[in-house]
Amino acid sequence: MNTIDAAFDGKLGTFHLDVAFTAPTRGITAVFGQSGCGKTSVLRCIAGLTRLPGRLNVGGDVWQDDETGVFRKPYRRPIGYVFQEASLFPHLSVAGNLTYGAKRASRSDGSNGVAFDDVVDLLGIAPLMGRAPMALSGGERQRVAIGRALLSRPRLLLMDEPLAALDRFAKDEILPYLEAIQDSLEMPILYVSHDMSEVARLAEHMIVLNKGRKVAEGEVGQVLERLDLHPATGRFEAGVIVTARVVDHDHAIKITHADLYGQKIDIPLVDAEPGHEIRLRVRARDVSLATERPKGISIRNVIAGKITEINEESETAYAETLVDIGGARLRARITRASVADLDLQAGKPVYALVKSITFDRRAFAGETR
Amino acid sequence: MLEFSELWSPIRLTIELAAITTVALLVIGTPIAWWLARSRSRFKEIVATVVALPLVLPPTVLGFYLLVALGPEGPGGAIAGLYGARSLAFTFEGLVIGSVFYSMPFVVQPIRNAFEAFGERPLEVAATLRASPWDTFWSVAVPLARPGFMTGAVLGFAHTVGEFGVVLMIGGNIPGETRVLSVAIYDYVETLQWTQAHILAGGMLVFSFTVILAMTLLQKRFSRPGE
Repeated sequence: MNTIDAAFDGKLGTFHLDVAFTAPTRGITAVFGQSGCGKTSVLRCIAGLTRLPGRLNVGGDVWQDDETGVFRKPYRRPIGYVFQEASLFPHLSVAGNLTYGAKRASRSDGSNGVAFDDVVDLLGIAPLMGRAPMALSGGERQRVAIGRALLSRPRLLLMDEPLAALDRFAKDEILPYLEAIQDSLEMPILYVSHDMSEVARLAEHMIVLNKGRKVAEGEVGQVLERLDLHPATGRFEAGVIVTARVVDHDHAIKITHADLYGQKIDIPLVDAEPGHEIRLRVRARDVSLATERPKGISIRNVIAGKITEINEESETAYAETLVDIGGARLRARITRASVADLDLQAGKPVYALVKSITFDRRAFAGETR
Repeated sequence: MLEFSELWSPIRLTIELAAITTVALLVIGTPIAWWLARSRSRFKEIVATVVALPLVLPPTVLGFYLLVALGPEGPGGAIAGLYGARSLAFTFEGLVIGSVFYSMPFVVQPIRNAFEAFGERPLEVAATLRASPWDTFWSVAVPLARPGFMTGAVLGFAHTVGEFGVVLMIGGNIPGETRVLSVAIYDYVETLQWTQAHILAGGMLVFSFTVILAMTLLQKRFSRPGE
């Protein structure tokens, strides 16, 4: 019973949502899609703020089942909801906002609580306590909103693009806090986002929506390797996640040497101990292919592999390819002309030239979870 | 000669009437304003129109219907019959009922606007934080609508103080019972007692000026960011 089983099928105005999925009750599950795909509606249905025909079972508790007429009102569901804009109560101080849900939750639901001080420490909001919400920056406000949701003793945390309304600076401020929440609290999170880099960095499991339908579901790494999802995921950020092991650092030139399934790669210096595993994201548009190992080239990372799949896009100049590098796969976005000129086909050995690698985070802190 | 007790009686009566009317309107008007702000009923705008009628209806017309309703043959007479009276017309209680109708739009409209202004989001947030609708109303909706309540109360009070036509129709001019300020001024002018008329009229002028100024300043204070 350690899953969240949801199915909603109904109309919201002219928009038809028809989605069914299963998410684990641990870790972050991303609900991903372009704007207007229905991801926020899914979250609202789970919170009970929007009612569509369907059913919902969270860890064995039925929250909605139209056949038996069960529909729990939103205020009877042990959820925490973080809206896109922080939505703090303007008539209460930061402390008043934080305790609003905490006071009410202890009365009704007996779920495992999070200590007030722990949340305040975790989110670094102690200095803001007496301030009014209007006097906070966007990032501070969102941190308080996250704290407020956590303190209402949720069994499920719902986050609706909590970073989308923030500038890049504020985003970078919040992301580590989200990781800290995930690491220190045993709380499943459903995280709605249209930003692939956020999903790749935070989530383990993902559900991809397009035009009100689910088009993919599974481990983030596996979903990202699929070549057929670009209408839903967008081309720009398409890519894969790979796990590498830190070998050593060269602080003089700010490079970390890492081992990627037996092949050496160089990445910009990361803060991780040698031996630790790190999670890296490689975008398809940053990977080129060569049939021979090139010489006299500025690209540091040349990874040997074998093409396993080619998906030519008939409406564009491009083809998406999947390259097996022995243990992991890389995606490369190249022109269809190159596919023809180099006679690329499944099974052909190639060298993947990786122009840029993004470090997401210390994936498993050295040990597998 | 100038008798201050004679002047004081209508002032006291007017303040009493306005205070009771305002409290009654906050109690009755708030649920109406909430329903008008939140309901999706088709009849909502019809109810809103009925509430707003006194804004355009001549006070004598409103007063005429109220007189009929409060009189021995109307529902007011039936209520009065419960405690042995014949009619609610030409009584202080009748004036209160009349004022409630007359001043209703001035209280309901600002509160409705305030309820509409903050939208659904704060209420949804409260629901996700385990607050029941009743709890949400008191802990979120009312505090957020505070400027609307202030405006409504001040306008309701001030408007009741200035009411004339309706009072004349349903209350008449009974000293100490229904002879409120506006009627008293009219009376003094009719009987050429200019000094008394001047004092009361001047007082009303100062009162009205103060009310509007105070309200403007209060609203500025409450809408200030960071408050």
